[in-house]
Amino acid sequence: MLKLNRRTAGDATFDAINVIIMLAVCFVTLYPIWYVLVNSFNEGQDAMRGGIYWWPRVFSIESYQAVFKSSGIMTAMGVTVAKTLLGTALHVFFTAMVAYAFSRRELVGQKVYILLGTVTLFFNGGLIPYYLLIRDLHLLDNFLVYIIPAMFNFFDLIIFMTFFREIPDGLEEAARIDGANDLSIFVRIIIPVSMPVIATIALFHGVYQWNDYFTGMIYINNMDLQPIQTYLYRIVAQSSSNQMAAAMPGGISKNVTSQSIKLATMVVTTMPIVLAYPFLQKYFVKGLMIGSIKG
Amino acid sequence: MSAKLGAELTQPQPHISEGKQRTLLRRLLNQKYLQVMALLGVAWIIIFSYIPMYGVIIAFKQYVITHSISDAPWVGLENFKAFLDDDELPKVIWNTLGMSFFKLLIGFPLPILFALFLNELRSLRLKKAVQTISYLPHFLSWVILGGILATWLADVGIINHILMGLHIIKEPISYLAEPSYFWSIIITSDIWKELGWSAIIYLAAIAGVSPDLYEAATIDGAGRFQKMWYVTLPGIKGTVSILFILAISGVLNSNFDQILVLRNSLNESASNVIDIYVYQTGLVNSRYSYSAAVGLIKSLIALVLLLIANSVSKKLNETSLF
Repeated sequence: MLKLNRRTAGDATFDAINVIIMLAVCFVTLYPIWYVLVNSFNEGQDAMRGGIYWWPRVFSIESYQAVFKSSGIMTAMGVTVAKTLLGTALHVFFTAMVAYAFSRRELVGQKVYILLGTVTLFFNGGLIPYYLLIRDLHLLDNFLVYIIPAMFNFFDLIIFMTFFREIPDGLEEAARIDGANDLSIFVRIIIPVSMPVIATIALFHGVYQWNDYFTGMIYINNMDLQPIQTYLYRIVAQSSSNQMAAAMPGGISKNVTSQSIKLATMVVTTMPIVLAYPFLQKYFVKGLMIGSIKG
Repeated sequence: MSAKLGAELTQPQPHISEGKQRTLLRRLLNQKYLQVMALLGVAWIIIFSYIPMYGVIIAFKQYVITHSISDAPWVGLENFKAFLDDDELPKVIWNTLGMSFFKLLIGFPLPILFALFLNELRSLRLKKAVQTISYLPHFLSWVILGGILATWLADVGIINHILMGLHIIKEPISYLAEPSYFWSIIITSDIWKELGWSAIIYLAAIAGVSPDLYEAATIDGAGRFQKMWYVTLPGIKGTVSILFILAISGVLNSNFDQILVLRNSLNESASNVIDIYVYQTGLVNSRYSYSAAVGLIKSLIALVLLLIANSVSKKLNETSLF
């Protein structure tokens, strides 16, 4: 359609300016991340002088060695990996299962169930009553606080339901004639044909689990159970020197500073998301469309 | 469907009510797995959403940690009055509304503008690359971004380095320790994180605008800007209004995570917002009832804002959430 147009000088100028603006946006987006990366690979004492913009001035991987030797950081990383894998698997399975049941028109009580859920999109008890609930459920200082309260989400349920309603009825009916019950239809038929939406929700929830620091900060006191983001929060926002000192095992050279360890920890924490990102990107755009059309 | 139909066909029904009852029982029995699957979800919703809603009654009580919620004595509206008398109130409201106002003013139109210009890129490859790069920050946590910002804004950070190099300032400035810079830091970093992500929905809407309209506009002699203004923008009006309603109703949500990471005791006068105040008084200082009352006021105002924005939008352009 655009090919029909003759390109005028005005058009060419517009295009040139547009490209420049877009490249500027890309630069502004990426450069802060690059800045942290190069500074983390610079020797700590030297980096304190500042002025490292494009490339490390005194290259060093000592900060990274310190990070990987620190048992505190590695424990926190382990908690994060565990809660992300387990939390995401359970969230996707449970939310999809409920969404499948809710999406079936013959379900007795369907309207009431959906209404119950919809109300929760507009009202909630707020932080304090929620905290008291978590306390009464004995989830304080318990690994399950990362998993159980996060295993269901009504927004995600809507996205799943939208997708499930598009699945042809014949697929389920054929299985029913073969004697399958609703649970096995869900597991054997629905899950395999719903991989695009499952991947999308898994990505969203995985990112949430990976990035969540608040749960670890509010409901967890035991340092062995805190995730890496909470650990980072404590050293970034509160500059807690205790945590920093604990992070540095003896025998690490003086070239490493608390600042350089902080940067290296940030890079290590961000890496999994940045690496997974290009592979998952095509899913989340599709998934967001599914969600936005109906939502 | 099929279960219901089957039951009705095979059962002669002597009395309609009795028949209906038996059909219902039959249906429930037929869908027992389905019901279990659904009820597990309902149980979760009741426990994690409705029990905290019930817990809001502590706002009307004097709750202490050793009591149970039902044992705590009623105090009526005392906690709400205490908030209105609190010297912090004007500052907290001012910060909440002020930051939200600027976020709305700058942060709402920018993604629309970005999507419009991105849509005009001729090279598909460049378009994809720009998109991919622009959403990346959305996937980073505020903790990481707080770390990046602290590095940039530090005394030896790049901002001070550049400004001193250009002789604009003589001494390095501790930006995060100065209340006067706090709002700008919050608004800029929020735009940086979410610009590309917020634009996705607009791009999807733009893709749905009929190509015929552009052709007609071309024949009428419209230029690029005119097409953007008279064709694309009206074409995504519905999406813009829906997102605007949502943005208005979120005005009191001053991005808790972001502020919690960036605030400190030195910038408190600019960084204390309702959500932070609820967190501080409730969980840090253990004033549970008082804090729950403040939280409840906030939810009610947010709900009223949502309803107002929704009805205004309905009147103006027949688009609404409900």
